[in-house]
Amino acid sequence: MAPLPPLLKTTPLNAIHRRLGAKMIDFGGWDMPVQYASLLEEHHAVRQRVGLFDVSHMGEIEIRGKEALRLVNYLTTNDAARLVPGQVQYSGLLYEHGGFVDDILVHKVADEHYFLCVNASNQDKDYQHIVTHNQFDATVENAGSHYAQLAVQGPRALDTLQKLTPVPLAPIGYYHFVDGEVRGSPARIARTGYTGEDGFEVYLAPSGAAHLWDEILVAGAEFGIKPCGLGARNTLRLEAAMALYDHEIHASITPWEAGLGWIVRMDKGDFVGRTALAEQKERGVTRKLAGFEMTGRGIGRDGYEVCMDGAGAGWVTSGGPSPTLNKNVGMCYLPREQAETGRRIQVMVRGQAVDAVTVPTPFYKRTK
Amino acid sequence: MDPENLRYTKEHEWVRVEGDTGTIGITFHAQKELGDIVYVDLPKPGTSIQQKTTIGSVESVKAVSDIYTPVSGEVVEVNGQLAESPEILNKDPYGSGWLVKIKLSEPDEAAKLLTAAEYQAYVGTESS
Repeated sequence: MAPLPPLLKTTPLNAIHRRLGAKMIDFGGWDMPVQYASLLEEHHAVRQRVGLFDVSHMGEIEIRGKEALRLVNYLTTNDAARLVPGQVQYSGLLYEHGGFVDDILVHKVADEHYFLCVNASNQDKDYQHIVTHNQFDATVENAGSHYAQLAVQGPRALDTLQKLTPVPLAPIGYYHFVDGEVRGSPARIARTGYTGEDGFEVYLAPSGAAHLWDEILVAGAEFGIKPCGLGARNTLRLEAAMALYDHEIHASITPWEAGLGWIVRMDKGDFVGRTALAEQKERGVTRKLAGFEMTGRGIGRDGYEVCMDGAGAGWVTSGGPSPTLNKNVGMCYLPREQAETGRRIQVMVRGQAVDAVTVPTPFYKRTK
Repeated sequence: MDPENLRYTKEHEWVRVEGDTGTIGITFHAQKELGDIVYVDLPKPGTSIQQKTTIGSVESVKAVSDIYTPVSGEVVEVNGQLAESPEILNKDPYGSGWLVKIKLSEPDEAAKLLTAAEYQAYVGTESS
């Protein structure tokens, strides 16, 4: 007897992905497209033209009420008090011991309304974490099922999306958003993304997602738009050296170690994890995230051991070919004093030590 | 799709026997599952290899896959084109994307491998 297939969650676009012939994978319990025709072509489409991603698996949590800001600021590392309505902030949710519960985007909708975009597989954990710490006059809603999310990314993303909305897109600053409409449906249009390119992430009701997907593909056809899967999303974010939960960051990694000190505001008042972060800052971290480039023949991949002078020194958090740079790159944890650039390291590629060198990140930075 | 004159393994390699030489490659199904191939690691000429052992690897952007040799013998030639242009493995897995040529030490091995029809049936059950 064959085992029953696991019950995977699906986005409103599942049938479309299958019709487009996507290769589907179980991504944290979601049935998601990893690639359509070619991951490399999808990657290049986003760097050179425009790509469309279904990221409806991402979670959303809404925080409302008189003390919404107090709750958000007590739970996140960045300072949400600095946000104005229509602004977005990258931030961390931490445990008391300073490790990551998740990395999130905080959108300030209004003084008493914050909209959090969280990682798909962390959604329920994040929600519980927030509810547990909600000692304020605020309500917390696990709203993932209320939203689909489409990411339009690449240098022609604005031209593509502008054809479908009366909202002027050019004035929307990076990490800002506007609530408006796209093809007549209410939508939250944020100038954010996870690719290292310009682009937009559009949040809308699930019922409108399939229609908008098709419309975006038609609008982008003249620019050479491609539907893109999670495979290209991963190579794009790796080139931009953006953290991925369960890789660069997880429950045992602090923002100091991950090079994410810039999302921590120690001066904003108390927040969950602050005491542990203060202690670690005092003591100093023992390990740090570093970028590397393979110099020998071989590809360092997620989880591979990193050695220095023949002894184990750390591990690869994310690694693989960079289609844009035509190099094999990655990120790894190393002892703090070894984590500066220009260090010779070896990545253990399936039993063989292959030479690599630490390099600055991001590996790729778009020219504006 | 899978040529009739080749023999196949459940690990998705093929072998073409001509005289005492076997040419080895990966199947159309294998390259399709892997996606865009970016790196191929092959043994050097002169290496002795045993049937069903790992002789190298094929890597796509996303994944690594071992190459198991379908036949035993000595590597006499390696497809040098793959170092520069690994994508030919995607484009022509049964032709210019061959991996290595082997001087067979056990010429009877190949005949015991899967025929094209048997391999296709196997791939059908594996992917259903």
